[in-house]
Amino acid sequence: MNTMMLTLRRWRQSDLAWSLGRSPEAWLSALVLLAYIGMALLAPVLAPQNPFDLSTLDLMDARLPPAWSEGGQLKYLLGTDGQGRDMVSVMLYGLRMSLLVGIASTLLSLVVGVTLGLIAGYAGGRLDNVIMRAADVQLSFPAILVALLIDGLSRTVLPRAVHEQLSLLIVVIAIALANWVQYARTVRSVTMIEKDKDYVNAVRLIGMGRARILFRHVLPNILSPVLVIATLSIGLAVLTEATLSFLGLGVPATSPSLGTLIRLGNEVLFSGEWWITVLPGLLLIGLVLSVNLFGDWLRDALNPRLK
Amino acid sequence: MTTSNIASPAAPLLSVRHLRVQIPTRHGPLTALDDVSFDIARGEILGFVGESGAGKSITGMAVLGLLDPPAHVTAGEIIFDGQPIHGLPAAQMRRLRGRRIGAIFQDPLLSLNPLLTVGDQLTETMRTHLPMSRDEARERAIEWLRQVGIPSPAERVDAYPHQFSGGMRQRIVIALALCAEPDLVIADEPTTALDVSVQAQVLELLRTQCRERGTAVLLVTHDMGVISENADRVAVMYAGHIAETGPVDQIVNQPRHPYTRGLMGSIPPVDHDTLWLQQIDGAMPRLSARPTGCPFHPRCKHATEQCVTTRPMPHPEGVALVACWHPQQGMATAGVTGVAA
Amino acid sequence: MLRFLLGRLANGAIVMVLVSMLSFALFNFIGDPVSNLVGENATVNEREAMRQSLGLDQPLPLQYLKFVGRAVQGEFGVSYRNIEPVSRVIASRLPATLELSLIAALLALGVGIPMGVYAGLHPRSLLTRSLQVISLVGISVPSFVTGIMLILLFSIYLNWLPSFGRGETVMLGVWSTGFLTVTGWKSLLMPAVTLALFQLTLFMRLTRTQMMEVLRSEYIKFARARGLRERSINYRHALRNTLIPIITVAGLQLGSMIAFSIITETVFQWPGLGLLIIQAINFGDVPVIAAYLLLIALLFVLINMVVDLLYFAVDPRLRAQR
Repeated sequence: MNTMMLTLRRWRQSDLAWSLGRSPEAWLSALVLLAYIGMALLAPVLAPQNPFDLSTLDLMDARLPPAWSEGGQLKYLLGTDGQGRDMVSVMLYGLRMSLLVGIASTLLSLVVGVTLGLIAGYAGGRLDNVIMRAADVQLSFPAILVALLIDGLSRTVLPRAVHEQLSLLIVVIAIALANWVQYARTVRSVTMIEKDKDYVNAVRLIGMGRARILFRHVLPNILSPVLVIATLSIGLAVLTEATLSFLGLGVPATSPSLGTLIRLGNEVLFSGEWWITVLPGLLLIGLVLSVNLFGDWLRDALNPRLK
Repeated sequence: MTTSNIASPAAPLLSVRHLRVQIPTRHGPLTALDDVSFDIARGEILGFVGESGAGKSITGMAVLGLLDPPAHVTAGEIIFDGQPIHGLPAAQMRRLRGRRIGAIFQDPLLSLNPLLTVGDQLTETMRTHLPMSRDEARERAIEWLRQVGIPSPAERVDAYPHQFSGGMRQRIVIALALCAEPDLVIADEPTTALDVSVQAQVLELLRTQCRERGTAVLLVTHDMGVISENADRVAVMYAGHIAETGPVDQIVNQPRHPYTRGLMGSIPPVDHDTLWLQQIDGAMPRLSARPTGCPFHPRCKHATEQCVTTRPMPHPEGVALVACWHPQQGMATAGVTGVAA
Repeated sequence: MLRFLLGRLANGAIVMVLVSMLSFALFNFIGDPVSNLVGENATVNEREAMRQSLGLDQPLPLQYLKFVGRAVQGEFGVSYRNIEPVSRVIASRLPATLELSLIAALLALGVGIPMGVYAGLHPRSLLTRSLQVISLVGISVPSFVTGIMLILLFSIYLNWLPSFGRGETVMLGVWSTGFLTVTGWKSLLMPAVTLALFQLTLFMRLTRTQMMEVLRSEYIKFARARGLRERSINYRHALRNTLIPIITVAGLQLGSMIAFSIITETVFQWPGLGLLIIQAINFGDVPVIAAYLLLIALLFVLINMVVDLLYFAVDPRLRAQR
C-alpha cells in the first residue's frame, strides 16, 4: 500500500504528469478514450436493445431517422438501420468489435515484433540478417495492402465454412502481421546498444543467463519507445480493420464492426438514409482522433530530446 | 567601472558588463551567467577557461545573439566597438554576424552543410557581406583554402565536406569564420572534437591567421594547455561567474583565486617529478544548486563566513582582476606538498 | 554504392520469387489450372489439349517454371468472372487506376509539401496551428469515410458531381483516358481528392517535422553565426536538407497510393485495378488474384528501386562512397 502511495505521488510530481496537466489536448483525449473504452466494455449493459436478438427486432421500425428529425422516435435515439436495429445499440456493439480487433492485433503485433527484435538484436549474425531482410522486404509494401492480401488470400484459399469460423482470428492476424516491423526495428536497435554496454558485460561475466539479461536489463529500456509506437498503432489498427470490413473483408457479418456498419449504410445512402452510415463514421473518427491526439502527446512527452 | 587590466589606451573592442543570462523553467529561472564582466581589446586573444557547465559557451552565444531559447539575457550590457548590441533587433544583429563578429563551433562535421560544396559555402558567406562578383568570390574562396592549408585548393573548392578529414574540415570552418573579415571571432572549443595530433596545427593556424589580420579572439576551452599556448589574457569561469582575469603568464604561474590555483595545481608539471597532484574536493555545482555568496566556498580551503554570505566582486590584484575575499600569493605549486599554498 | 544497389536488387528478386511461388500455388491448387487457362466453357478436347501442354503430371518445379514463363509473356489465363483473358481485363482497367493515382499524387505533393514547409518556418502562426489541427483530423479519418461524406455533399445534396464511374472516356490508342472530357474530370475530382487527402496530411506533417529538426541543426546555427540571410538559410540550406529524406518517403507513399486506390475505387465504383481485385476476391476469381499479386509485387519492387536510385542522385554523401 505504501509503495503504491509513493509511486502515485512520484507520478504526480513527475514531468509526465505535469505535461499532461499542461496540455488540454492530452487529458481531453485521454478522457474521451476512457469514455470510448467504457462504452465498449459496457456495451451489453448500455445498449437499449440487443441487436443480435432477432426476436426484439421489428422490421416495421426499419430505417427510422434519428429522434430529432421528422419521423423519428424517442425509443430509437439515433434511428434504426435497414433491419430495424437500434442505431445506438448497433454502434455500441460495433465499437466493441472495432476496439477488440484494434487492441488484439496491436498486442499481437507488439509481441511478435518485440520478440523478433530482441532475437535479432541480441543474437546478431545470421538470424539478425534473416529477420532484418524479411522486415525490409515487408516494408516495401504498405501495411494495408499486406493486411488486405492476407485476409483476401485466406478467403480464397479456405473453404467458405472454415473461413466463416476463423474470420475474426484471421483479421487480427492479418493486421498484426502487417505491423510488426516497426516494433522489431526499434527493439533491435535498442537491444544492440544495450547489449554492448558495460553493465551487461559485467553481469554476463558473473554468469547471468541470456533470458534474464534480456528481461531485466534490456526490456525496461525498450518500454518507453514501444509504448509510444503501440499507442499510435492502435489508431492505425482500428483504421485498418474498419477499412477491411468496409471492403467486405474483415470481421464476420454476424459481429459487425463500425467499418461493417458504414458499408451497410453506404448501400442505402442514395435513399437518403444518411444516419446509417454517417453516425458510425463519426464515432470511428472520434475514436481514432483521440488515440492519435493522445499518442502524439505521449510521444512528445516521452521524447528526451524535447525536454 | 572596472579598468581594463592591460595597459592599452584604446577602447576595448568588446566590453561585457554585468551580463546575466537566465533560463526560465517550471521551477523558476535558472541563472546560467551571473554578473559576468570582461573586455577584449582589438587583436588580442582572450582565453575563456573553465569546466563543462561553467558558462563559457553561453557567454560566447550571448555575444553573438544566438542563445538557444528559452535562455535569454536578463541584465547587463554587451558593447561592441562602442555600440551596445545586446538588445539589437534580429536584422541588425544578422549584419554584425560574420562581418564584424565571427564564430567557430566545436564539431566541424556538424558545422558544415553536407549538401553544399565548401566553395559554395565560402562564396555565399563572402558575397553576403562584401561586394564582389561570383567569379571574384570563387577566386577568393580558393585563396582562403590555400591560406588555411588545404592542398590543391583549386580542385578541392568543389568538394563536399564529407570528403575532407576532421582537421581539414575545421580549417575550412576557420576560413568560413574569417572570410567576411570580422574584427572578433568567438571560437567555442575549436579543437575539442579533433584528434590530438591535429589540435596543435589547427590552433596554430587560428592564431597566425588572427594575428595577421588583427582579429581578436574569444577562445573558449576547458583545456588549460590550449590557453597557455595561445592566449594573451585569460578569464577563468566558475559556476556562471568569472573568478579571475589576467595575463596568461600571471594566471598560469601565479594565480590568485583559490579555484585557479587548484586548477593549475592539478596539472602534472613537465619539468619535475611530483609525489601527488592536487585535487579540488567536490564538484562544480549544477545550475539549479548554486551556493550563496561566493560559488566556490563549499570547496575552498580558505572560505570564511564572509565568503558564504557575500559574493566577492572582481577587484584588481596587481595585474589581475580577482573575485575573491582571500586572494592567494605566490606560485601555485603542483605536487610535493599537496596543499594549496 | 554498387554493393548497396545489388543488395536491393537481391531483395527485389527474393520478393518476386516468393510472390511468384505464391501466385503459382494459388493458380495450380486453388481452382482448376486447366479451367483457369481455357475458361470454364471450353470443350473436352480443348481441356485435354491444355492438360497435355501444361504437363500436369510433370514434377512441380517444372510446372512452376512453365508458369513463370507464361507469366512473363503476359499469359495469365482466363478470368472466372469476365470470361476474358486476364491480361486483357487488367490492361483495360490499368489506365483508370493510373490516371487517378497520378492526379492524386500531384495533389498530395503539390499541396502537402508547401504547406509543411510553411508550417516548419512559421511554427507559431495561426495558420500553422489550424493546419496542425486539420492535419490531425486528416490522418484520423479513414479515406472511405471521406469519400462517403464527399458523395453525400456533392452528389446527393448539391448534385454537382457524379458519384460513380469515370464519365466519358476517349481511346488514345490502347489507353482510355478521362482527361479529355468534362465529365471525365468531373468524375475524377472527388476520387482524386479522397485518395490524396491522407497522403497530403502525411506529407504536410512529415515536411513540417523534418523542417523544424533541420532548423535546429548545427550547420544552420553556424550559417546564422556567419550572418547569412534568413531567406537563404530557410530555402537554400534548410529546405534542401529537408526535402532529401522526404523524397524517399514520398516515393514509397505514392506507391502505396496504388494500394489505397483499392478503397477509393470501391467507394466511387471507379473501374480500375483496385475495384477489380476486390471483385475478384469476393468472387473467388483465382486467375485474376494470382495475376494481381505478381503485378503488385513487381510494381513495388520497381518503385523501391527507383526511390533508392533517386536518393543516390540527390545526396552527395552517398554518391561519393566508393
